[in-house]
Order: sequence, then C-alpha cells, then structure tokens
Amino acid sequence: MSGAFTKTMARNIFYGGSAFFFLLFLALTFDSMGQLPSRDNRAALSGPMGPQIAKGKMLWEENDCIGCHTLLGEGAYFAPELGNVYVRFGKSTDAIKGFIASRPANGIPGRRSMPQFNFNDEELTALAEFLKYVSEINSAGWPPNDQG
Amino acid sequence: MTYKSQSVAKLYFIAAIALFAAQILFGLILGLQYLIGDFLFPAIPFNVARMVHTNALIVWLLMAFMGASYYLVPEEAETELFAPWLATAMFWIFLLAAAATVAGYLLFSYSDLAALTMNELLPTMGREFLEQPTITKLGIVVVALAFLFNIGITILKGRKTVVNLVLLMGLTGLAVFFLFSFYNPTNLVLDKYYWWWVVHLWVEGVWELILGAILAFVLIKVTGVDREVIEKWLYIIIAMTLITGIVGTGHHFFWIGTPEYWQWWGSIFSALEPIPFFMMTVFAFNMVNKRRREHPNKAAVLWALGTAVMAFLGAGVWGFLHTLSPVNYYTHGSQITAAHGHMAFYGAYVMINLTIISYAMPLLRGRNAANSNKQQTLEMWSFWLMTISMVFITLFLTGAGILQVYLQRVAEAPQPFMAVQDQIALFYWLREIAGLIFLIGVVTYIASFFIGQDEPEVVLGES
Ligand code: HEM
Ligand code: HEM
Ligand SMILES: [Fe+2]
Repeated sequence: MSGAFTKTMARNIFYGGSAFFFLLFLALTFDSMGQLPSRDNRAALSGPMGPQIAKGKMLWEENDCIGCHTLLGEGAYFAPELGNVYVRFGKSTDAIKGFIASRPANGIPGRRSMPQFNFNDEELTALAEFLKYVSEINSAGWPPNDQG
Repeated sequence: MTYKSQSVAKLYFIAAIALFAAQILFGLILGLQYLIGDFLFPAIPFNVARMVHTNALIVWLLMAFMGASYYLVPEEAETELFAPWLATAMFWIFLLAAAATVAGYLLFSYSDLAALTMNELLPTMGREFLEQPTITKLGIVVVALAFLFNIGITILKGRKTVVNLVLLMGLTGLAVFFLFSFYNPTNLVLDKYYWWWVVHLWVEGVWELILGAILAFVLIKVTGVDREVIEKWLYIIIAMTLITGIVGTGHHFFWIGTPEYWQWWGSIFSALEPIPFFMMTVFAFNMVNKRRREHPNKAAVLWALGTAVMAFLGAGVWGFLHTLSPVNYYTHGSQITAAHGHMAFYGAYVMINLTIISYAMPLLRGRNAANSNKQQTLEMWSFWLMTISMVFITLFLTGAGILQVYLQRVAEAPQPFMAVQDQIALFYWLREIAGLIFLIGVVTYIASFFIGQDEPEVVLGES
C-alpha cells in the first residue's frame, strides 16, 4: 500500500467502521425483536400446550437430537430435517410419537439407525408438540418442499 | 525464544496437537457411520461421535490460540508474562475439564450426562457446538477470564504493539460472545438468533482478528518486513472483516423465523466477506516476496502462505457459493454446508495454529531458529497431505451436496432424505478415503517432531 494511505487512517477505518456496523447490527436486531411476535409462533408457547412444548424442547436438547438432525436447516446432516416433520407426517402428532417409540434398540442392521430413547407417553407428547410448534414458525417458505 | 515465560506455550501446543489427532479419529468414525449406518451402534451413536469431533476441534483451537498468545504476547510486549504459574494452572484445569467432558460424552448417555451435571438448573446443553455441560461452560469462562487477565496485564505493562492490541481485542471478543451460550430461551427463534452470536460472530468476526494478529506476527518474524507496513495491512484487513462480517450474520437469518429483510442484509454483507480473506492472501504473498531475509524455517513460511490461500478458498469461495439467499434456499443445511464448514475451519483456524506452532515449537524446544532439514521435509509433506486431502474432502462433499440438493429439493419428484443419501453413497466413500489420507498427514505431522530431532538445525546459506 502506498505512502499516502497511513497506518492511522487504517486504524481509524477499523474503529469507526466496526463501531458503525455493530450499531447498525444492533438496530436491525432491535427491529427484528419487534417483528418476531408475528412470526415466531410464540402464541403457542403461552397457549394450553405451552408447558408441553417447553418440556419437549428440553428433551430435544437433553438427548442431543440436533447431533443427527437439522431443525430449520441447522444441526447435523445425518438424518432428516425435523422442522417440518409434522407436515411431512400428515399433521399428526401421533405419527411422530409412533415413529420415535418404535425405534429398535439395537438399530437396523447396516442402516443409519435412530436410538431407542425409552420415552414415556408424556415425553413423546411433549416432543411431538415441540415439533408441531416449530413447524408453525414462519420460516419464509423454507424448506422448498415437504421432504425438507 | 527471548523470554523464559514463553515456554508455557509448549504445554498448550502439545495438548492441542493431541486433541487434533482425536478429532480426526472421530471424524473417520463419523464418515464410516455415514456409510455403515450401524457402525458402533448403539455404543457410540453418530451424535456422540459428532460432538467429540466438533468439540475436540473447538477446544484444541482455543488451546492453540492460548498457546500462541502466551508465546507471542511477551515477545511483542518485550516483557515476561505477568503470571506464568497462572497460565500453567489454567492449562491443567482446561485439559482436565476437556478430558472429563469427553469422558462424559463417551461413558454416559447424553441425557444421563445432562441429569448428572444438573442441566435443568441452567439449561445450555444440546445445541450444536455448545453440547458441553453447563458446568464445563462455566469452567471455560473461568479459564478465559484468568487467561485474559494474564495476557492483558502483560500487554499493559510492556511495549504496546498493534499485533498485541488486535490479538487482545479478538480474544476479549471471543470471551464476550461466548456468554451468549448461556442464553437459551424456550422460544426457538430467539434461541437460534443468539446462538449465531456465538458461532458466526466467532468465526467470521473476532476469531479473524486473532487469525490476523498471529499471521502478522509470524510474517514479521520470517520476512523481516518493516512492522509499520505489516500493521497497516492488519488494520485494514480486520476493518473489512468487521465491516462485512457483523451485519453478514444475517446470512443465518434467512429461514429461522426472522424478518425477511435479512435476505437482503445478509446476502449483501456476507457476499463482501470474502474481501478480507482475499486481502489476507495478497498480504501474505506480498510480504514474503518483499522479504528482507531468508528464514531457515521454510515449513513455517509454507504454513503461513497456505493459511492465506486455504482460508480464502474455504471461507471466501466456498462461503460465497451458498451465501446469497436464493442459493441458500436450496443448499441450507445440506452437504454443501458441511463442505464449506470443513475447508473454512481447516484453511483458516487449523492452519493458522499449525503456522504458529511450526514457527514457535523449534524455538520452544531449544533450537535457535528452525528444525533440522529432515524434520522440515516431513512437516512439509504433512502440509501437502493434509491440505490436498482437505481439498478433496471438500470437493467430494460438494459433489454429494449438489446431488442431494437436486434430488431432494429441486427435481420434479423430490425424494425423501434417506432415499437420497443411499444414492450419493459413492461420494461418502471417496470422502472417507480422502479422510484416511488426511490421517496419514496427521501422523506424518506428529512424526516430524521426533524423526530428525537429533539432527542439526537448518542454518542460512546451507540447505
Ligand atoms: C478425516 C477427516 C474428516 C472426516 C472424515 C470428517 C467427517 C465429518 C462428518 C461425517 C461430520 C458430520 C456431518 C454431519 O453433521 O452430518 C463432520 C462435521 C464437522 N467436521 Fe469433520 N471430518 C474430518 C476432518 C475435519 C477437520 C480437519 C475439521 C476442521 C478443520 C473438521 C471440522 C468439522 C466441523 C466444523 C463439522 C461440523 C460441520 C457443520 O456443522 O457444518 N472435520 N465431519
Ligand atoms: C473462517 C471462516 C469461516 C468458518 C470457520 C465457517 C464455518 C462455517 C460452519 C461450520 C458452518 C455450519 C454451521 C452449522 O452447523 O449450522 C457455516 C455455515 C455457513 N457459512 Fe461459514 N464459515 C466461515 C466463513 C464464511 C464466509 C466468509 C461466508 C460467506 C461468504 C460463509 C457463509 C456461510 C453460510 C451461508 C452458511 C450457512 C449454510 C447453511 O445455510 O446451511 N462462511 N460456516
Ligand atoms: Fe456465518
């Protein structure tokens, strides 16, 4: 870089630019937080199924489901997307419960296998309600189709 | 090595390399589980192997960053480290915490580990990359604070250079953004939104400051180019990093329930994120071309140039590939993401750490400037083995990703996820083979510390 452009100028661009764009990011975040209530399906969280959904999220986390699956496209790429599984399974929480409950303990020979978590019915309901809640978040039309 | 206290860096570097090897072994297990679905099932399910793979990566990169700091901060500040004993103590705490956490992953089911560590008191577990028990996370905060304190005081009491200042800003940012890992609301959109404040603002924000500072330090050392010139480059590179990378976080806010204007903000700003990586490449080659001296540590120069090129390819080119929202609509959460994740992490953060280790380890082990010819030859072999196999891993995953996206998301009759996976297995086999070669590279790398260590070091003008 030539002599006219000094280190001080570079430093000022760094501090000024970083501060400006960080503030812009905070402003956009502030605006997003204001818009989320109409998109993020929080009504479900305070509705009658709220406690189940919260429990379902806890179970989702404490069994590290994200270590194999994606949820709204984030996670691992070993097993199917679950953000829309409620839709893929014909909007049936029972179908979701049945699938999770029926995984063989020793896996399926030679195939990628989901563990048997031995959830009770209440836990299965919680997970299914959590996945239903996620499917009703406004994700701007993603995924492109039901296959996820 | 000019200051005695720099020697604590050695512990950190050794542990980092050991964890690197573990990371790669678990990567190979994962790659095999992709193909032989029930491999090690149910003893080590995929998700467990995956958290060992990714957490080992993160922890060894952090260890190496700390080692790098303990090495270069005293030298830049021209003073001994404030409290070497604290650095040693924190090393053992960090290592024990990491070992206990990995043992926990492997010995218990994850839900038992959650119960055992009382996750319900402050639930933070079970999110990608942040799988560590809450108690481990708190341990990381303690270690990070002690580390920042030690480094900060050393910088304050010594010579203040731009390299040290930028490094300190990067490390402080690393600790600050990690705090968002403790925020885990039931509202999934909020959870995801702030999860990215850890993950994205790390790798495309503050870590790049650390990367830039380490690269600048090594370039000053091996090229002898005037510090003023290098520092000016450093400032302008990190300026571009934060100007593009902060709002660039928006490329993760396309489809997670956030407002749709992020498709514009995220696409535009993240499309500019390759600029600082490109500048880094120009910078590194420029400095090496303008060098005032030949440095006998040829391997370190190779790593430095390699970092600049591979970070640009992995983060810049492979990042750009899927960062525009109309493209990301199809590629989001596919093997394309995995392809990019691998090359970006390797090219930027694995390689910069191997650069500083390559430069510093010979000095920490009592050499004047460099390793023996035999050691350097082996090390350069490992450079090419790892780097070329990573290029192939990336290419094979990209191939898998293109087919996956087409069959599952674009074709007229989209097929189910699992059906698609079966059809692209060939690419996963090729990836696994490339992974084995990567492992050979790691073994060669480790061998370079031992084979030829008894031979005299390379001296200028000789070899
Ligand atoms: C022997 C070589 C390797 C193999 C076979 C391998 C394999 C894998 C596999 C199968 C996954 C899981 C993908 C999924 O979620 O479905 C993964 C994830 C990951 N690996 Fe590796 N890996 C290797 C080396 C590396 C290296 C050298 C790095 C770092 C530089 C790395 C960083 C990562 C990261 C960051 C993820 C998470 C990716 C994401 O979420 O997009 N891996 N790896
Ligand atoms: C060294 C810097 C970088 C590293 C280490 C890195 C690493 C990663 C990783 C591991 C992921 C996957 C996260 C997950 O598991 O969900 C990811 C996602 C992504 N990265 Fe990067 N990245 C870097 C720089 C960049 C840059 C510069 C760009 C853009 C030009 C970019 C664009 C993206 C995009 C668009 C995604 C989301 C992919 C998806 O929708 O699935 N990255 N990155
Ligand atoms: Fe990002």
